Amino acid sequence: MSIKIKHFPGEEIETKDFREGKVLFESFHPKAKYAWSAGIAISRFLEELKNGRIIATTCSKCKRIMVPPRIYCEKCFKPTDGWTYVKDTGVINTFSVSFLAADASRLKEPIVVAIINLDGASEGMGIVHRIEEYGDWREIKIGMRVKAVWKPPEERVGAITDIKYFKPLKE
Amino acid sequence: MFGKKRVAIVGAGVTLFRRNLKETGKELAYHAAKMALEQAGMELRDIQSVVMGSAPDAFDGVHMKGEYLADGAGAYHKPYTRVYVGGGTGVFAPLAGWWHVASGQFDTCLVVCEEKMSSCYPHPQYAFTTIFDPILERPIGMNLIWIFALEMHRYMHKHNIKKEDIALVSVKNKRNALDNPIAQLAANITVEDVLNSEIMAWPVQRLDVSPTSDGAAAAVLVSEDVAKEVTDNPVWIDGVGWCIDSTHWTNRDLYYPDYVEYAARMAYKMAGIKNPPKEIDVAEPYDPFDYKELHHMEGLLLCKKGEAPKLTREGVTQRDGDLPTCPSGGLLGCGNPIAAAGMMKVCEIFWQLRGEAGKRQVPGDPRTGVAQAWGDLMQYGSVIVLRR
Amino acid sequence: MSLEKITNPFNARHWIGHMEADYRYTLGVAGERFFKEIKEKGRIMGAKCPVCGLIFVPPRLYCEKCFAKLDEWVDVGKCGYIYTYTIVTIDVDGKKLERPQIYALIKFEGAHGGLIHKIGETDKVCIGMKVEAVFKPPSERKASINDIAYFKPAE
Repeated sequence: MSIKIKHFPGEEIETKDFREGKVLFESFHPKAKYAWSAGIAISRFLEELKNGRIIATTCSKCKRIMVPPRIYCEKCFKPTDGWTYVKDTGVINTFSVSFLAADASRLKEPIVVAIINLDGASEGMGIVHRIEEYGDWREIKIGMRVKAVWKPPEERVGAITDIKYFKPLKE
Repeated sequence: MFGKKRVAIVGAGVTLFRRNLKETGKELAYHAAKMALEQAGMELRDIQSVVMGSAPDAFDGVHMKGEYLADGAGAYHKPYTRVYVGGGTGVFAPLAGWWHVASGQFDTCLVVCEEKMSSCYPHPQYAFTTIFDPILERPIGMNLIWIFALEMHRYMHKHNIKKEDIALVSVKNKRNALDNPIAQLAANITVEDVLNSEIMAWPVQRLDVSPTSDGAAAAVLVSEDVAKEVTDNPVWIDGVGWCIDSTHWTNRDLYYPDYVEYAARMAYKMAGIKNPPKEIDVAEPYDPFDYKELHHMEGLLLCKKGEAPKLTREGVTQRDGDLPTCPSGGLLGCGNPIAAAGMMKVCEIFWQLRGEAGKRQVPGDPRTGVAQAWGDLMQYGSVIVLRR
Repeated sequence: MSLEKITNPFNARHWIGHMEADYRYTLGVAGERFFKEIKEKGRIMGAKCPVCGLIFVPPRLYCEKCFAKLDEWVDVGKCGYIYTYTIVTIDVDGKKLERPQIYALIKFEGAHGGLIHKIGETDKVCIGMKVEAVFKPPSERKASINDIAYFKPAE
């Protein structure tokens, strides 16, 4: 955007030009399927979720209790040296009230997503999950205490969604 | 001096940024590359190496996009490197170009950044969702806007910042963009317009966000010897810095980007800058969302933590203020073709320092500028310091 | 809380999923002209570099060697020759084809580059063999590479 440049290239077209045949294009739909390996740490994490528990790994050098668990501490690069359970309660670190779904379509009822710092893990250690049973979304506050609502044991498969959502704890 | 040779930018080029451009990715890269060469008064045969920056293959929809774009970037039969760090690419690409020349291995390097997000149909959103962990995050139904919303909310909460102050950034940048010939979304809006716009993922509203775009930008980097031959007005790359944090974004306090600070310190040390707010004349921090400009100003040590909204309110970041910030109009005003957006900011600092920015020119003969980009899962910072 | 018995480390888990995406690729400035010529005039065009003299097929906006803009377009004709070929027996999903299909890289005399396409009306080909484009009827053309149905042996 220098004053020495008189013309900036680019032929603008509108999205409707595709529909109306004013612009030519090729379409393609890639068929890519994946079987992601959960790895050592998350395989155990998922197994424990099936049992209704949340597990973390510990680094004795950095004195951290980490969730989601991992086999190495990314700060000191030593292998993590223990497993420990953390609670399924915690505090809302931050949250958002979304009127957009994952595919960018508009929602009438919002989805509330939050980072929840779990009790028993190191400070600031959180997982991301949904918040429900909140009543009015304007009442949700950072710092609010929440608890996991689990699927019944027979419906759990070993997935993050074995926890349905977190709900505000009335103290 | 770091490196064997001092490195200068001697020419730059940018295409229009628009939601949909007819050109293929190759053609966009060509336009920007050709313009940069013409501005430098150089030919393709003068270029010894090429660096291409382009964000996920999934946007353009061509696997090994770097290789695909190579000939459009002028890399036919040349040493070629593609770099990619999400949104950080646009400033990281000239950093990689700097390595090529500062190492002494090459005297010239053409740096090109391109993005054609419109190929991902009906919306690049699909390409974005795959950034999330497939096991722990995607099943929650993550949408990219959510991470910005979560970060913005934490930032607002920590420093008790009102939305009105954040909205001022969107107003400023879109207005600055009215003077930018390539801008996609230049407009004269008010704080009320921002606060009344559609809620996307609270606290993010529609006018807080930059759009997806097609576009390309490029620059010619040369060693000191070549700079003397081609121009009287080189702009030196005096500082480079880059840093990454982990993808465990749920494990850190999102109110402050540590990794941007580390990258900034690296670049400032190289450039001999000890007091950034006093020594930097013009800044182009990465602003895909309005609150990000504030977040990054603090990470760039241009003000204290939590102080950026106050500076904005007081007009310090306007073009005629003490610290003009995003005089180009930023991503909020120009559009956000991921890698090209960051590179556009580098080009803008180049033109500002040369006094060629026309209506957007910040007064007072600026001599030192900084551009910064940010990327991936809220984890990456790249910083470049330019000086005349 | 005491730790439960450590689970079997051989129970490595997988998470199944896919990556949703749909694409619409603009043909580009040069591409649109190339395919319009194929659709409307049944012509295969190339673009000539004023500096290098190379004629690019398919044509493009710029010369990759010297970066000159390519404004001069020429008709390279319908006949080319087989530069190389392969005989394909499975489809893109890995299923066996009913009949093997020959695909070739067809170059045009005097031009740089070529087109990948099917060979039809013969089972026997050789490198260097002259072939001719067979276009679909105009009403069936969509401005796509498949507006050429296949290349057949030329007289």
